[in-house]
Amino acid sequence: MPENQIAVEMRGIVKRFPGVLANDHVDFDLRQGEVHALLGENGAGKSTLMNVLAGLYKPEEGSIFVQGKRVNLNSPRDAIAQGLGMVHQHFMLVPSQTVTENILLGLDQPRFLLDLPEYDKRVLALQDQYGLKVDPKVKIWQLSVGEQQRVEILKMLYRGARVLIMDEPTAVLTPQEVRELFATLRSMTERGHSIIFISHKLDEVLEIANRVTVLQHGRVTAAGLDAQGVTKSELARLMVGREVVFSVEKKPVAPGPVALSIEGLSAENDRGLPALRGLSLQVHAGEIVGMAGVAGNGQTELAQVITGLRRCASGQVKIGDQEISNCPPRQAIDRGVSHIPEDRAGVGSSPSLSVADNLIMKSYRHAPVSSGWVLNRPVIRQNAEKLKQSYEIAAPSIDTEARLLSGGNLQKMILAREMSTTPKIMIAMQPTRGLDVGAIEAVHRLLLQEREQGAAVLLISEELDEIMSLADRIVVIYEGQIMGEMSAQEANLEKIGLMMAGSRIVQ
Amino acid sequence: MSTSTTTPSQPEQQRLRDLPRLPFRIVVEPRMNVPRWLAPATSIGAVILALVIGGVVIQFAGGDPIESYAHIFKAAFGSVGVFSDTLVKATPLILTGLACTLAFRMKLWNIGAEGQFFMGAWGASAVVLAPLLPATTPRIIMLSAMMLAGFACGALWGSVPGFLKANLNVNEIITSLMMNYIATPWILFWVFGSWSDAGFQMSPMFPKTAWLPRLTDYARQFPNLQLSGLTLHLGLAFGLVAAVVVWFILNRSRWGFEIRLTGDNPRAARYAGINIVRNTVLVMMLSGGLAGLAGMSEIAGVVHRLQGSISPGYGFTGIIIAWMAKLNAFGVILVAILFGGLLLAGREIQPSGVPRMLQGIILFTVIASDVVLRYRIRIVRR
Repeated sequence: MPENQIAVEMRGIVKRFPGVLANDHVDFDLRQGEVHALLGENGAGKSTLMNVLAGLYKPEEGSIFVQGKRVNLNSPRDAIAQGLGMVHQHFMLVPSQTVTENILLGLDQPRFLLDLPEYDKRVLALQDQYGLKVDPKVKIWQLSVGEQQRVEILKMLYRGARVLIMDEPTAVLTPQEVRELFATLRSMTERGHSIIFISHKLDEVLEIANRVTVLQHGRVTAAGLDAQGVTKSELARLMVGREVVFSVEKKPVAPGPVALSIEGLSAENDRGLPALRGLSLQVHAGEIVGMAGVAGNGQTELAQVITGLRRCASGQVKIGDQEISNCPPRQAIDRGVSHIPEDRAGVGSSPSLSVADNLIMKSYRHAPVSSGWVLNRPVIRQNAEKLKQSYEIAAPSIDTEARLLSGGNLQKMILAREMSTTPKIMIAMQPTRGLDVGAIEAVHRLLLQEREQGAAVLLISEELDEIMSLADRIVVIYEGQIMGEMSAQEANLEKIGLMMAGSRIVQ
Repeated sequence: MSTSTTTPSQPEQQRLRDLPRLPFRIVVEPRMNVPRWLAPATSIGAVILALVIGGVVIQFAGGDPIESYAHIFKAAFGSVGVFSDTLVKATPLILTGLACTLAFRMKLWNIGAEGQFFMGAWGASAVVLAPLLPATTPRIIMLSAMMLAGFACGALWGSVPGFLKANLNVNEIITSLMMNYIATPWILFWVFGSWSDAGFQMSPMFPKTAWLPRLTDYARQFPNLQLSGLTLHLGLAFGLVAAVVVWFILNRSRWGFEIRLTGDNPRAARYAGINIVRNTVLVMMLSGGLAGLAGMSEIAGVVHRLQGSISPGYGFTGIIIAWMAKLNAFGVILVAILFGGLLLAGREIQPSGVPRMLQGIILFTVIASDVVLRYRIRIVRR
């Protein structure tokens, strides 16, 4: 394999959207066999540039060369014919069909009769080459998110992709799945594939990438930097255009009385299996309790039980002195419980309603948003304009439908709604997942601000750095139980890691 | 690497390269912002397009499209007299269209407006025929009682699928549809039986106190307005008021916000603390009540007796009208008048053919025109 051979070159790409210059004369090159990270904040133009390369968008200006030959990409079909395959952030799979069926979908072969066992074998052969293990006979809905992503990658490899574009592939994965993905990516580059890795997680970029290109507001601020010779803070500055403070400043706040108290809580998950097993926890006013743990150990169910979205089998949840276990969700809302759900699009927002309507989801029942039966439109609009500005929600207007917002802006909208009501208790579930550095900083600042205003914050996150820098106390959840508790001062990664793996630490 | 298994698209790549290319291509992008005027403009454009397509068909069938359309227009909107008839036809359609609009906004697929229409007619008739009130009752009390009974019976009929959906998650499409086939024989049972007029399959004519006032009733009072023969009745006012009410509920009320949010994302609605079970029953009741009111208005305003053939499918047409109006309450009025006109003109031109075809094409183009609302479509040169 000749080193440094250019696989893909993009020159002077210009792409406009109504009112936005998404790509402003962007140059990009990808070497054979490398992982090239494309870094940038939400809306910096990373996805646009890659959609151009995947044949989804046609640029107004600029040219694309594949293996030194100029190409015209008018559709994803053209792109895949040139060996360019994209794995999108949101998977494009048919849940009710098997892995093999999904891989074959849209191809000319087989033409009429579908000899699935034969194609299962071919898929297996392809898996063996790259170490991407998924049972080809299994239906998509039975797979975990990480496995579904593998199917997407297999789909592209089966179509002969030599260049794989991965749009924020780690945003939906657990830390273990990320490790597996990185192993796969490495084995692919060893076989001469080249990978474009879109991300805004700096640690991951530094871990996997050979080179880094940074975009900011549609322009390249750094092209093809060697990942070895660059630091996290340099990259962050290139991305955001200013210094980013990684350690947030935390003012001392004396914790108040117990605001949220959970006693011996047990609940089942959607499949009827025990998810919480006698969990107890207290959160004081003016305190952030960080809950660490591997995803799927009961965090989702805990947040749902507290907010009334799930019934508990036994135990109790008290807000102040008031018991609210198994009360309808409205009870929790009316008692000042804010909830940032992990599923922003599926639970936290309503896709076809406007930003303004989404912002009143929790407050529409009370004055001044409504008086009696009637919604107070001027107040709703003023409120929306104010929140849009102060939380920097980048949307064309407050009448824009929520489904048109990018992931980061959707999250800002939810944060604006949940935080602007000065909650007594804040249940924040993965509040920074998929956000860029600038937005993460803002979320952290806002959570600390809630704490200073006397809110009891339960921060459930898989980002240990986030928990260690924000929380006053840290608890670790494992299989529906609290493994142990420690103050932020005495916490270290090793200790938390052990508890996340299920060992109890006796103090 | 075995190329045979991993690159099955090799011949296809060649074929793609050999394909001739057009000098332009169509770019489809999601719209970030929909200007206010665009929704009505596309609907009007779609109707015009439908008329053009229909015109081509008429031309091929040996007719003169311009002349046919002129005739349809004259037969439906050409004079005060026929316009009054058009509005009479539009009245039940407005109410059933609103009934569907309300339910559809919550993604409750009420296919049972037809049955609710019949039950509304039955309830209103019961006031006169049972009789719950004597024929000498003052008109205003009689009519109010009929409205109430019609609305209540429709609401009751709608509440059954609503209750089953809310509490047992039974598919409301099936149940509301099936309830239609219970309502029709129920009516027949009464008009063949105890309410039969001397053995005929219809009830006796209602007393005048049970008739909704018509314009022609006031011909003698206002001789210079030429109201004589105009059959337009008070039911139209029910429709117009109901449209304002439905619009207000959906767009300006708290409850309407709950309906819209639940329709768009039920999980978010639960998260926002909305009582979906209660709202499902209530919305189905109000939807059924509106359809029931249509039934009452039709027998008290037009037929003046209960019989089996009071509806040429008003309840089902309501579904089409709601969709064509893009679930907008005021849009329902306009679409219902258009359809009322087509129903009326249909008899003038052909018992079935052309007007029905036009209905079909209009439905098709209007629903297809949604693409223009959601996406920007541009033609650019390569």
